[in-house]
Amino acid sequence: MRARNHAEGGEQAAAPPSRADSDGARAVLEGPEIDRALTRIAHEVLERTKGGTDITLLGIPTRGVPLARRLARRIEQVENRSVPWGSLDITMYRDDLRLAPARALGRTEIPAEGIDGRVVVLVDDVLFSGRTVRAALDALNDIGRPRAVQLATLVDRGHRELPIRADYVGKNLPTSLRESVTVLLEELDGSDAVLLGPARPRGGQPIEEEKR
Amino acid sequence: MSQTTTYLLRGARLLGGHPTDLLLRDGVVAAVGAGLDAGDARVVDAEGLIALPGLVDLHTHLREPGREDAETVASGARAAAMGGYTAVHAMANTDPVADTAGVVEQVWRLGRDAGYCDVQPVGAVTQNLDGAHLAELGAMADSIAGVRVFSDDGKCVSDALLMRRALEYVKAFDGVIAQHAQEPRLTEHAQMNEGVVSDRLGLAGWPAVAEEAIIARDCLLAEHVGSRLHICHVSTKGSVQIIRWAKSRGCDVTAEVTPHHLLLTDDLAESYDPIYKVNPPLRTAEDVRALREGLADGTIDCVATDHAPHPIEAKETEWSNAAMGMIGLETALSVVQHAMVDTGLLDWAGVAERMSAAPARIGRLGGHGRPLAVGEPANVTLYDADATREVDPTAMVSKSANTPYRGMRLPGRVVATFLRGVPTVLDGKIQ
Amino acid sequence: MRHLLSAGDLSRDEALLILDTARELAQVSGRSVKKLPTLRGRTVVNLFYEDSTRTRISFEAAAKRMSADVINFSAKGSSVSKGESLKDTALTLQAMGADGVVIRHSSSGAARRLAGWVDGAVLNAGDGTHEHPTQALLDAYTMRERMGRLEGLRVAIVGDILHSRVARSNVLLLSTLGAEVTLVAPPTLLPVSVGAWPCAVSYDLDEVLPKSDVVMMLRVQAERMQAAFFPSAREYSRRYGLDRDRFARLPDDAIVMHPGPMIRGMEISAEVADSPRSTITEQVTNGVSVRMAVLYLLLGGSESAIGN
Repeated sequence: MRARNHAEGGEQAAAPPSRADSDGARAVLEGPEIDRALTRIAHEVLERTKGGTDITLLGIPTRGVPLARRLARRIEQVENRSVPWGSLDITMYRDDLRLAPARALGRTEIPAEGIDGRVVVLVDDVLFSGRTVRAALDALNDIGRPRAVQLATLVDRGHRELPIRADYVGKNLPTSLRESVTVLLEELDGSDAVLLGPARPRGGQPIEEEKR
Repeated sequence: MSQTTTYLLRGARLLGGHPTDLLLRDGVVAAVGAGLDAGDARVVDAEGLIALPGLVDLHTHLREPGREDAETVASGARAAAMGGYTAVHAMANTDPVADTAGVVEQVWRLGRDAGYCDVQPVGAVTQNLDGAHLAELGAMADSIAGVRVFSDDGKCVSDALLMRRALEYVKAFDGVIAQHAQEPRLTEHAQMNEGVVSDRLGLAGWPAVAEEAIIARDCLLAEHVGSRLHICHVSTKGSVQIIRWAKSRGCDVTAEVTPHHLLLTDDLAESYDPIYKVNPPLRTAEDVRALREGLADGTIDCVATDHAPHPIEAKETEWSNAAMGMIGLETALSVVQHAMVDTGLLDWAGVAERMSAAPARIGRLGGHGRPLAVGEPANVTLYDADATREVDPTAMVSKSANTPYRGMRLPGRVVATFLRGVPTVLDGKIQ
Repeated sequence: MRHLLSAGDLSRDEALLILDTARELAQVSGRSVKKLPTLRGRTVVNLFYEDSTRTRISFEAAAKRMSADVINFSAKGSSVSKGESLKDTALTLQAMGADGVVIRHSSSGAARRLAGWVDGAVLNAGDGTHEHPTQALLDAYTMRERMGRLEGLRVAIVGDILHSRVARSNVLLLSTLGAEVTLVAPPTLLPVSVGAWPCAVSYDLDEVLPKSDVVMMLRVQAERMQAAFFPSAREYSRRYGLDRDRFARLPDDAIVMHPGPMIRGMEISAEVADSPRSTITEQVTNGVSVRMAVLYLLLGGSESAIGN
């Protein structure tokens, strides 16, 4: 829930949710499944980009960043060479800035190679309305001109509001708008899991936003 | 409001004492005692109200001539009546300055025509308040206005020699110099009391010593030449100590304190709202304590309002561009009750002394500040000390609204004011 | 709407949020497109009653990089010079729908007054001898980038403290952020109640320099000499100026700052000002990032994340 909120239009940098959330969330993906999904995505990326010689992985903070790092490591293990990866904060490009108090920024770290002429793979944890990705495309546009932009996401929960689709999906997870998806990652939360639970409004946050 | 109406004030508490009746007839107190026969008198129910001799203000700015947009003699006199005053001294810093017999007579006449209270002009000490050349003090004293109080208020008579001469000169007609104690060099560009708050706010400081140094000098001068000296709006603890010391030496010095200096402190400037900008500036809580004690023990002789009306635009601006001063006639008695009576520092007889008898004595106003006794002038204020009110600037009778008490709850309400037996205020309304 | 009127209004978390945000935003000036869409449709008015080209340009650049519409309203040649009051100007800005007003004014408290008259956020860009909070923020940012920390950093602020809005804001902000500030000046140029400020005070620059990580030199205006704050420029310079010899007494990694505009030869010698350990030009660059951060945090969301 909180991670989804961050990724798709809610509060940022919330405290990591505990695995045993009292809101009745259940795990739909456990650590090993997440591992396998990322390994599969790494192979798909290599296939689709014909060896991935000119790819740059950019994770969208917060949870897209460790995912981008893991993908880069997997590709490096397969190809035995380093893969540029970094992070791309989209806060300043959000279309809902005025619906909530001004938020703290995530980090943007573009690898030294830059993005001009490269195949940029955006990495996020949950794909939902598509608005985050829209913002990320705008942010990329101000930084340079990639040859192509692709999208990798750990979970696609549907309910798109923009003409956006993922190129690589860890797991398609049909959800109701009354549900929330929470991604936990070892680096930030102590363990890996994807939780599905009931949506519930958080303090001060408009319900409409929850549902987006 | 006919001159011939007789009033019976039924059940008033004389100086806050036991209830009694007061009969006002032909401009004097005709009878005092319980159960007086009303006869043809109009009866005013004064049950629970405190009867005080009509208040006298030694320090009022009426702005006429020159700034009639802020106040006129008539509007200021009405505001005074609303505050329970039957006499006010009109300060000389008008435009033109009240530095000739002509101007003081004009102000005096305007006051008499308005009729709401006696307006006694103060004459300037120096021509056009220039601090360099003595005004024709004798001519003002000899005019119909009969000026006895002279002051360059707003400016300090800072030249020691000129101050000495002025003190000496007015002895010839029993005058008094009312000094605005402000050493000019120490207060160049000064904006507020110098201290922790001014340093934090970056507003140029107005040190207490600028007031105290002049008071000390003038007390010594007055003692040396054997003259009467009055100190306007004392605002610091040090000033109280110096005046106490001077009096103990036998110096003929009197002093006044304003209601606002008895209540408000310099931290109000944190809002940067110039409604709190005043000369002398609001000081610290320690100064307020010392001023209250000084007023209670008689070191400070009287309360004077320094009623200083300003139009809205003079206050709705940046602090440093704003005019100094606050209105006070209509709130003075309430503030004194709050600061002095409700705190147990002063009883109502003490209030009568400090807001009526003493200022009348200092100003040599024979017909005011008299006891409420048979044969005395019927100048009476009826005051409801149990009332409370929220101060509403828009409800002021004064032409100006620059009251620092805006929105504050203050005790008490003037119910009626009688000037020589004629009500200027009745049922809390101007007549 | 919240405002940024005093550095003292910022909590430690808020101040760090501004500095962290500024660090992210600093990247924008290195990109090919030096612009963010964040404040698109917002109107920022620069209301300058004092000539201060550098501060105005800094705020203007910051607002424009965030895509805000910028209206420059300078007192000269406008209705202001014809006697229009600050309040009437405020009502004009209000009618124009200003979301934020950046005000520079010669009267202490002018920003605070303005905040009472407009609905938009008011950003104090220097009011009289009161405060200049964004200058303190960019100074703190510069120290943090150069020295890597603020906590425990020993900062000497030297010069006309009494009349300095930069000093006031810096003392408040740096003490919030855990730095140890020492004010150094002749006693005439210190406020009488400086003992109540959260900092140390010294009259002796030579004694303070070896124990300083940062030395911030303030401008000393010549007119102070006429008012007898000190006897002569020469004497001031000899006792409180930062020349090469004094510079040598600083620890090796200490930096020298100046809010500008500086008087070379008076409070700072040319060779010190141009030394690589002087941050004077960096401060200008950092000013834009810090002001972008403040504008974003005040105006970017549904409500301000900082100020009061």
